[in-house]
Amino acid sequence: MVVLDQHVVPPEHSSALLALCRGRWGGRIAASLEDTGRVCRIECRPEELREICEWLMRELQFTFATLVVEEQPAWSLTYVFYKDSNSLWVYVELRLDAGAGAVPSISGLVHGPSADWHEREIEDLFGLSFEGHPRLGEFVLHEDWPEGTNPMRRDFDAGQPLVDRPSEPRWQPPTIVAAPGAFSMPIGPVFADFAESAHFLLETVGEDVIRTIPRFFYKFRGVEKIAEGKPIDRVLLLAERFSGITAFAHGLAFCQAVEAICCIEVPERARALRTVFAELERLRHHAAVITGICNSTALAIAASQAALIEEDLLRLSCETGRHRYLFGLTTPGGLACDPSVEQSRHLAGAVDGIAGRLDDLHRMLRYSSSFLDRLEEVGIITAEHALSYGLVGPIARASGGSRDIRKIFPYAAYEGVDFRVPAETQGDGYARLRVFFQEAEQSATIIGQVASTLPGGPVSVDPPEWRAGVALSAVEAPLGAAFHWLRLGENGIVARYRMTPPSFTNWHGFHLAAENFAFQDFPIILASFGLSNAECDR
Amino acid sequence: MANWVLNGLRTGIKTTPYPRQPDDAPGVSPGRPRGTPLSSPDRAAELAQRCPTAAIVSQNSGVAIDQSSCVHCFRCHDDDNEDAAAWERGYEWAAYADESAKAQRKMDRIFRRSLHIRFVDAGACGACISEARQLNNPYYNMHRLGFFITPTPRNADVLLVAGPVSDAMRLPLRKTYQAMPAPKRVVAIGACAISGGVFGPSFAASGGVGQVIPVDVVVPGCPPPPLAILHGLLLVVERKPPSVLVSPPREREASPP
Repeated sequence: MVVLDQHVVPPEHSSALLALCRGRWGGRIAASLEDTGRVCRIECRPEELREICEWLMRELQFTFATLVVEEQPAWSLTYVFYKDSNSLWVYVELRLDAGAGAVPSISGLVHGPSADWHEREIEDLFGLSFEGHPRLGEFVLHEDWPEGTNPMRRDFDAGQPLVDRPSEPRWQPPTIVAAPGAFSMPIGPVFADFAESAHFLLETVGEDVIRTIPRFFYKFRGVEKIAEGKPIDRVLLLAERFSGITAFAHGLAFCQAVEAICCIEVPERARALRTVFAELERLRHHAAVITGICNSTALAIAASQAALIEEDLLRLSCETGRHRYLFGLTTPGGLACDPSVEQSRHLAGAVDGIAGRLDDLHRMLRYSSSFLDRLEEVGIITAEHALSYGLVGPIARASGGSRDIRKIFPYAAYEGVDFRVPAETQGDGYARLRVFFQEAEQSATIIGQVASTLPGGPVSVDPPEWRAGVALSAVEAPLGAAFHWLRLGENGIVARYRMTPPSFTNWHGFHLAAENFAFQDFPIILASFGLSNAECDR
Repeated sequence: MANWVLNGLRTGIKTTPYPRQPDDAPGVSPGRPRGTPLSSPDRAAELAQRCPTAAIVSQNSGVAIDQSSCVHCFRCHDDDNEDAAAWERGYEWAAYADESAKAQRKMDRIFRRSLHIRFVDAGACGACISEARQLNNPYYNMHRLGFFITPTPRNADVLLVAGPVSDAMRLPLRKTYQAMPAPKRVVAIGACAISGGVFGPSFAASGGVGQVIPVDVVVPGCPPPPLAILHGLLLVVERKPPSVLVSPPREREASPP
């Protein structure tokens, strides 16, 4: 048991952290600095893993980012941590023999729930077991996958055809609530509207829903597996298209990983334009979420106004970035097209106009009490839960978090941009709506700043020699922090591609907001999260 | 208090002129490559090489495009380079999945202005879903054409499906189809739903909706813009003529030896 020491000063610099590590753990671990001090790597044995993770999260206030498993053929597990106040990654690395049994689970720690879904996913896809995890088993692969199928293992052939299994599934929804008159209300996977496939089981005693049991991964397409062994230009298609509504952010994350491995210097103009398009995507995405929230409360005119803004932004993306969802725009080394002076001027002007319309909409919504009644104190996520579940993006920022990858690890041209990260504390549906509005406003500000001072020069560099190596790339996608871990083999062949999208992180905390609420609030809670299942399920 | 009615009236009418007249507003469609004669076979081969999904087929007289697998990657597109693929604007892209079977699949005239649609997401990336959702926004407003989304398959005439059909969505998709009364039609939207797109066929997804349930109309695109999906629905009720999937026809198919 680690005793919380109030006097430990969070290290601001990597060398201080290194000294702290060596002082605390001595010869039991091997700690080193890499990548000019941006990464602190701690190699440890299974016995120390839980203690080190607890130490990082509780005493040094690090946040769990992702868990990367690689089979080489011995197992290598990399637990990635980061924190708000400095641009420093911590990799806790565990190596196990090929025949090794269970890995200690870190899900039971105080801030451990953030690793919960990662461990469940790895157990399902790799067949690695986690000792002490409260609930392993059927997760990504639903019940009708043959027992013992671990598609992420190296010996599993991704190209084998999908086996048609006509049987009825054995799956029965779990019931937890035992009360007179209690029953379960299943919702999904096919919805009444244009919704993404997911299943929610509402346990209810009539009017009030006691708890919600979500079930995801209906849309599992094995993207990480089918990326393996493919060249960079093919994997870029997957990186963009696994989540079409946030395609630019994920495509950019992938390209940045390739650029880091191959030491590609991206031209200044491309970095500025990447910032512009990333914010254009965020603006459009948030307009879509606002449309969804207005729709869920049946406020038809507000929903129409937001939908007009969304469509205008889609058209603007198509005019300036060729594609309505900005597919095919970012490439390793820069951008695939270069907007003309008129186009960038048109973009800045149009975004400015749209920001004004969003502001008008926000003002009118603030004075619509019937609308606010539906959102206030609905679907609350507390600050403690947001922290312990490691939630990211607008959801976390509505619950007191202020984490933003654009500030912690500035990429593209964000370092030179002046913008504010909104923070609200109530954690309810209305706080989330306000965050979406404020972030959209900030995105418009960023586009205004960057598009008016675009540097000249080329927009991409020629494709270089591909190199072998590994890199972690982080971007602030519209829904929050996205972590892309890429390992390239010889000749630009992808050996391992692990993506941790924000929807995966945030869906994990969704059930916390969907407890003890009135039935008719469910669509509103769902809409106020604005999460994507395609992004989560991959 | 907010006066929403006034706010709505002030906005005015935004509806697209389509299908009465073409909609040429900028940004309604990203366009797509067009099959074209090219002077040298080398250029055709080079163009085919650039396509990551084998949608560009090089043949003696130029290139043919198989729209069912084009994913709008823009790698064959270059405004300043004459070696690039020719680009067509427009959005009337929907075609019959099986040209030869269309005679038997006529939809009764009674459905022409009252068509109820059920949507299933069979593993789509979100872009196709977003584009389908736009059909309800004031620009496209499909209600004016007599197209409605219905919350139950029992009332549905058309099943609109996006995505390559992931493993877990096969059963829900089949059940939805079976729950629909006859006559029923299936419209597959997007490259994934037609051919598996960039995801399938693989161990986790099949190579399109057609491998799970019979498909009548396909709407190519990645994603197809809202007007293309609208064209697909209009095609189901024969209010618009179809486009073709491969153009120009592959040479060996056109003239067998």
